[in-house]
Amino acid sequence: MNKPLILIIDDEPQIRKLLEISLETNDYKVLKAETAKEGITQAANHPPDAILLDLGLPDKSGHILLQELRDWYNKPIIIISATNTEDDIVKALDNGATDYLTKPFRTGELLARLRSALRWGQTVEPSGITTIGELQLDSIARTVKKNNQLLKLTSTEYNLLVLFAKNEGKVLTHQYILKEIWGVGYQSETQYLRVFVGQLRRKIEDNPNQPEHIITESGIGYRLM
Amino acid sequence: MIAAALCFFAQSFLGYRAVALLLLLLVSMLAIVFDILPVLVSALLSAVIWNFLFIPPVLTFHIASPEDALLFLMYFVIALVNAVLTSRIRKAEKKAIEQDEKEHTIQLYNTLLNSLSHELRTPIATIISAIDALKDNRNKLTENTRVDLLNEIDIASMRLTAQVENLLNMSRLQSGFLKLKLDWCDVNELVFHAIQKVYLNTTQQSVQFAPDEQFPLYKLDAGLIEQVLLNILSNAIQYTPDDTIITIKAVSTPTHLVITISDTGHGFPNTELTNVFDTFYRLPNSKTGGTGLGLSIAKGYVEAHGGSIALHNNPTQGATFTILLPCEYSSINSITHE
Repeated sequence: MNKPLILIIDDEPQIRKLLEISLETNDYKVLKAETAKEGITQAANHPPDAILLDLGLPDKSGHILLQELRDWYNKPIIIISATNTEDDIVKALDNGATDYLTKPFRTGELLARLRSALRWGQTVEPSGITTIGELQLDSIARTVKKNNQLLKLTSTEYNLLVLFAKNEGKVLTHQYILKEIWGVGYQSETQYLRVFVGQLRRKIEDNPNQPEHIITESGIGYRLM
Repeated sequence: MIAAALCFFAQSFLGYRAVALLLLLLVSMLAIVFDILPVLVSALLSAVIWNFLFIPPVLTFHIASPEDALLFLMYFVIALVNAVLTSRIRKAEKKAIEQDEKEHTIQLYNTLLNSLSHELRTPIATIISAIDALKDNRNKLTENTRVDLLNEIDIASMRLTAQVENLLNMSRLQSGFLKLKLDWCDVNELVFHAIQKVYLNTTQQSVQFAPDEQFPLYKLDAGLIEQVLLNILSNAIQYTPDDTIITIKAVSTPTHLVITISDTGHGFPNTELTNVFDTFYRLPNSKTGGTGLGLSIAKGYVEAHGGSIALHNNPTQGATFTILLPCEYSSINSITHE
């Protein structure tokens, strides 16, 4: 099997070095860049399977670099940043970031996020059946089974689950989910979102109070694991 | 102006000279409230009004008798002196207050430095000496010792992270730029999220919460309130015995969300109940590992919501924190027809 290629764009040499060691010992190949300019050149010359991007780069804002990359690069981009205001994170996610980690983070967490990000976009099978843990989504019959038991979902609950499933491993912002499910003009109706996520959790999670599938990112959105 | 109108009526039975004293009183009172410039203007204006409306011949700026002219001049000078003196006194007062504040800030700063140098240097010292041990004695260390040293580095780094997080939260609060991000929030989810985070740092105590599925949604800043719960929980966990039970309850009213966190620990000394929320305050003889910031941040975040936080000892054992948050609520908690 080919080792996935990861590009690290971060201006801190220590972070680059430690990430390189952690990733290489876990069967990834690593490319490194310390500026936005170098990052974009590296990404163009050797298109990586995923990019780890620091938002605070010396020559250009990471937000702008993210937009430039997103013009042509459609694989996962995970933000790793030391400034962790919710606004920054939401902005990066809305600009196409797949996920984010705030420094300091544990290597285990990074590897888990990276694995699920690399699965992103590959979950919808041609058969129309998507499997997430013990859940099975059938997009042709529009049904959901948990451990082979048919679940009774309302149409909105189903649509919500499908949206999450299509974006497994990606953090979806509240705004994005509201727009996708209820349409433009409903972006501030977060109370509906809370209610439906709560209802959906009660149906698909073993313990809705300690959800394992629909994970809350406080003040930002949700992710499906 | 209004005063002048009132004086105009008073004039009929007081005489226009008494009116001057009334106006003077008014100018002095203004000087207590306002800055030098508006007071000077009002002194000038009132002198002119007095002249125009009251000194015969009325409704002209002309002054008939030399006695009145002298009176007018004196009125003007007294009003000015009054204004200048009052403003000088206030300037001196302001300076004294500033001096006090400065001293208070210096004192806080010193406490911060002491607390910081201890709470930041201790984990750094641990990390450095553990690394030295690992590097210098590579061949002499047993596998067990190596694992021990690595664990020490791990614990110290997590402690350092928590302290830095506290300091960042505190500076966020004190910068005065804290902007609430109010959004509908599932309180059950919020509480469970906080409990989960606390359990990540292995704890001996048990945290209990019985969720009510029909609990309404409340509009609040979920990130900040989660931090409030985390800080109170961490505090409880750090300072209570291992077999303590910590119970979280949420009560909903149409105007307020009430969250209580009680423990079965030793409680607080009664004399210290109100001090625990003070910045950098730590109970006398409390064990190391805190900066005295956690509860003060919790209080700040609750107050940013317009709410209040109180601490009292339970009648039997332990203590209870009560958080009262005034906030909008939504009773929509199930939509099954869509």
